[in-house]
Amino acid sequence: MKNQLDFEKPIYDLQNKLEELKRHPEAHSLGVSFDEEIKKIEAKIAETRKQVFSNLTAWQRVQLARHPKRPFTLDYLRSTFTDFSELHGDRLFAEDRAVVGGFARLGGQKVMVIGTQKGRDTKENILRNFGSAHPEGYRKALRLMRMADKFGLPIITLIDTAGAYPGIGAEERHIAEAIAVNLREMMLLEVPTMAVVIGEGGSGGALGIGVTDRVLILENAYYSVISPEGCAAILWKDRAAAPKAAEALKITAKDLLELRLVDEVVPEPLGGAHNDLATTAANLKKHLLGQLEQLEKLSVADRLKQRYGRFRAHGHYVEKQLAA
Amino acid sequence: MYAFGRLPADFENRNDELSLNDADATECSLGLPHSPLDPQPSTFLMATTSFTKKSLGIESPEPAVTPTTNNSANTTFAKKPKLGGGKSRKREIPEGLWTKCPKCSTMVFDKELDENLKVCTQCQHHFPIGARERIHSLVETCSFEETDAEMSSVDVLNFTGMASYVSKLADNQKKTGQKDAVVTGIGKIGEHRVGLGVMDFKFLGGSMGSVVGEKLSRLIEKSTEKNLPVIIISTSGGARMYEGMFSLMQMAKTCGALAYHAKAKLPYISILTNPTFAGVMASYASVGDLIIAEPGADIGFAGARVIKDTTQAELPPGFQTAEFLLDRGLVDAIVPRKEMKQQLIDYLDFMTTGQRKAAAA
Ligand SMILES: [Zn+2]
Repeated sequence: MKNQLDFEKPIYDLQNKLEELKRHPEAHSLGVSFDEEIKKIEAKIAETRKQVFSNLTAWQRVQLARHPKRPFTLDYLRSTFTDFSELHGDRLFAEDRAVVGGFARLGGQKVMVIGTQKGRDTKENILRNFGSAHPEGYRKALRLMRMADKFGLPIITLIDTAGAYPGIGAEERHIAEAIAVNLREMMLLEVPTMAVVIGEGGSGGALGIGVTDRVLILENAYYSVISPEGCAAILWKDRAAAPKAAEALKITAKDLLELRLVDEVVPEPLGGAHNDLATTAANLKKHLLGQLEQLEKLSVADRLKQRYGRFRAHGHYVEKQLAA
Repeated sequence: MYAFGRLPADFENRNDELSLNDADATECSLGLPHSPLDPQPSTFLMATTSFTKKSLGIESPEPAVTPTTNNSANTTFAKKPKLGGGKSRKREIPEGLWTKCPKCSTMVFDKELDENLKVCTQCQHHFPIGARERIHSLVETCSFEETDAEMSSVDVLNFTGMASYVSKLADNQKKTGQKDAVVTGIGKIGEHRVGLGVMDFKFLGGSMGSVVGEKLSRLIEKSTEKNLPVIIISTSGGARMYEGMFSLMQMAKTCGALAYHAKAKLPYISILTNPTFAGVMASYASVGDLIIAEPGADIGFAGARVIKDTTQAELPPGFQTAEFLLDRGLVDAIVPRKEMKQQLIDYLDFMTTGQRKAAAA
């Protein structure tokens, strides 16, 4: 099965056994022992899931973040949010479908939501460019953010990208500039802004919609300056060292919270977001509403000052030479 | 997998190959820490090797390969005598050291190359140039006051790949005599007092970690406070992997500082030199009021090899050069190194018009 990860296999095996059993109740002569058997397997599934998921390595989390069944931006737009009304185009060159954006409601609040979007199958992945945006995606995002700022709509960005697209067209139309301008302009937006890393937080391509008052991350998502494979290729001279690189780079939600690089971790149900979208979506909604409530209490000036201070504080260095 | 944090491999290898004849090391004029009065002899180490009979300079960025130190360097380098004291140094350099221009294959005497700001005397190919040498070529004598000279990186993630970050830092500090990959300060260019930040590729491929981000952010903030223009001269392979997400955050930090600088209507000139890529290109290097490039510089987001591997397409001729980017509308002007100072003065004359009118009113 290509939709399951290695470490998920024991769980899937048990689930298959359970389904097999349910499909053939006639094979069991006694109804009572059949029910007991089912209960036993269900308990075993829960226990195995707990075992597997309470001790995930950084690399396993990277795999979960890239899980083919993982909920994407549009899945949250249909669950955490309601009334999504998509808006297209950067008004300059093209519509980039690796980024979706538009009006939506979060509970009773009207907001602007922008997110990178992966495809579920090959056809959609071609349309979405595997979630890797061109310059147009970042410019569309900025256009929508400026409009939201103009009309007083809080902005929520959902990040799920392996990175901005490294292609010829992207370079010809200055993808680095598109990202850089977003970094600068997002710092001055007057409305409350929040970013959530829902899957892959791939470097500058993620940060390009991530300079916000609050940065949240789902429990099994990751956020990194470089992909573990890329880091492994350079520092270990071997892409197969990716699990080591994932560990060393400190890219999991837990690590990032400890390093104070993110503000809050949104819990996922046991088994990961793909195992229970409804619960994940509800958790996300609760956390976003909580953060939004706090942000709306602040004056614009305070919010901008805190946003700047939040990013300004990142970094570790010494000012004087340490004794050797 | 993509561009950020990649230390374009061969870049770092080439660090060892750069000719480090910093002519300014013999002069007191910069107020730089390695003046002859400096009690720290280690700061002189930056000029101990020079290249002979081997082409240097950076052809095209080739990321995603393996960096780390080039241990075979000694076999291809002729050692220059280590400096005992600044003043006598130039005379101690043996005659006959020359460098082959990678573009026109002419053998150029190092001394001539130094005097020509590391530009080939035959074909005008721009060789790499150190941060201090570059500052020396731009600012008025004795006008440069360096800021945060002692700031250096710490291994916040306790990062150990094949080599530890701590040892990498120590090696690079020793090799270059620099604390990190950028020199910042306030100096005068013509009549203009400016905040000036100059990156140095030979320190870990000009990679941006906390120190680069912090020094530049402080420079920008200070310039905003003092109503000064900012000029940043970039050369970088991208964000510094060893500092993980802290490196990525420097992009937001520096662009944020520039947002407030821009809001105050102060000029920011970004100068792109060979090579400028990835995290640096996708942050402060790309948001200048003016974006100026040196001739022939390789500039881009992702490295050419990554793009080739991803797209399986042939890259257009001249792809990711300064000239290519001028044609496609990113770069305001291409300015040769030797004309840079005068050109900056001219630009600043225009860009400070409003400020001067306001001051006169
Ligand atoms: Zn030449």
